[in-house]
Amino acid sequence: MLAKRIIPCLDVKNGRVVKGRSFVNLRDAGDPVEQGRLYSEAGADELVFLDITATLEARQTIRALAAAVGRAVFIPYTIGGGIRELDDIKALLQAGAEKISINSAAVRKPGLITEGANAFGNQAVVVAIDAKRVGGGGTGFQPVPSESTGYKPVLPKWEVYIDAGTRATGLDAVQWARRVEELGCGEILLTSIDADGHTAGYDIELTRAIAGAVGIPVIASGGAGGPEDIWRVLTEGQADAALAASIFHYGQYTIAQVKEYLRDRGVSVRL
Amino acid sequence: MIAIVDYGLGNLRSVKYALDRLGVESELTSDPAAVARAEAVILPGVGAFGEAMANLRELGLVAPLRDYAASGRPFVGICLGMQLLLTRSEEHGLHDGLDIIPGQVVRFGQELTVPQMGWNQVRQARPCPLFEGLRDEDYFYFAHSYYCRPDDPAVAVGLTDYGQAYASTLQQGNVLGCQYHPEKSGPSGLKMLRNFVSLIKEQV
Repeated sequence: MLAKRIIPCLDVKNGRVVKGRSFVNLRDAGDPVEQGRLYSEAGADELVFLDITATLEARQTIRALAAAVGRAVFIPYTIGGGIRELDDIKALLQAGAEKISINSAAVRKPGLITEGANAFGNQAVVVAIDAKRVGGGGTGFQPVPSESTGYKPVLPKWEVYIDAGTRATGLDAVQWARRVEELGCGEILLTSIDADGHTAGYDIELTRAIAGAVGIPVIASGGAGGPEDIWRVLTEGQADAALAASIFHYGQYTIAQVKEYLRDRGVSVRL
Repeated sequence: MIAIVDYGLGNLRSVKYALDRLGVESELTSDPAAVARAEAVILPGVGAFGEAMANLRELGLVAPLRDYAASGRPFVGICLGMQLLLTRSEEHGLHDGLDIIPGQVVRFGQELTVPQMGWNQVRQARPCPLFEGLRDEDYFYFAHSYYCRPDDPAVAVGLTDYGQAYASTLQQGNVLGCQYHPEKSGPSGLKMLRNFVSLIKEQV
């Protein structure tokens, strides 16, 4: 049976792993290659390296990183951050990355998704979607919908943000997800900007809305505080994989602990 | 020398990294003569079937690969490389393959999440030297939208369930195929590559 995946994410800046809360106040947590190797040995199913430096020099750094990881780590890994053209994709895949992840460039130049998929297969092209709740639904109190009160439920919506969560695009996240699938993307890495860094759980509604809208796998990201959050997003949220950073980086939980928790609740995992 | 066939697609480097880790010499090559004289051949690959075959034709590798397969020396196709061993694929129109193992490459059903992406189990349906020392139903890393349907079910030595049971490991004599990526499947995958390499020594 296909196992649900547990994916530690390593945010990389100037060649070092960092992790912040809601994309600011970054803290240093080590060497990416060594961390990747340790996670692989600890039972990670995959790794994601996101380069958040976003300068021209960073392109060379991240290519070198892709190759260094390839020599040391024998599980799949995805590299994202600062990819703008087909040459960037090609260089990272040829260095040994299994997949690349594009975010802002996918919005600015959707054709890049198709070019990448045609050249390297859609399984190699991940589109990262950073989404922010913009209305309706939510987890707070809502009156019961009824005709007598005239209240109609407002369905939740999420807007796509780019440039590390700083720029709103006006795109609806669910529609954008469908569109990137049509364009040839093979997997969606979905981050809730609202939940990211707060370790208070994933945005389950968002994840389920996207997973239900597309036929490609969805990796849920943002908000993992413990095994129960991961269990919820893989079951209620219908995600194929869960990405987490802080809970692993700071040693609150091991990957094995998370997987044992999932297995004991009937989720298929690789142990 | 082990020849890793480079036909201009995708992620070949990771197969080489894995062999390097095992301390096994290998070369990435597009040279038909290098294939002809290799002790073992690995046909890796990700990407589209039609484009892969077009590249193999352009590089003059189709006949050398078929001849090599007939030579009895160890040959393994990985992922798309395994699919290329078959007669035909329906990926983006019908395309002829190397036709070393008779069979068709077909798409997963619409009801499934495609590509199948992640770790799935390989059931050892028949003995195969690749499985030596590996436990039955061990996990390997898969990333594919199409799968192999060999004409002779006996060549399907390993099966995986995704919607239905399908052939994820093939063996027809010296010609082997893995739908998954052993080079990305952690210690189990490295062990499988080691098993493949050890077939060379048995030849001598």
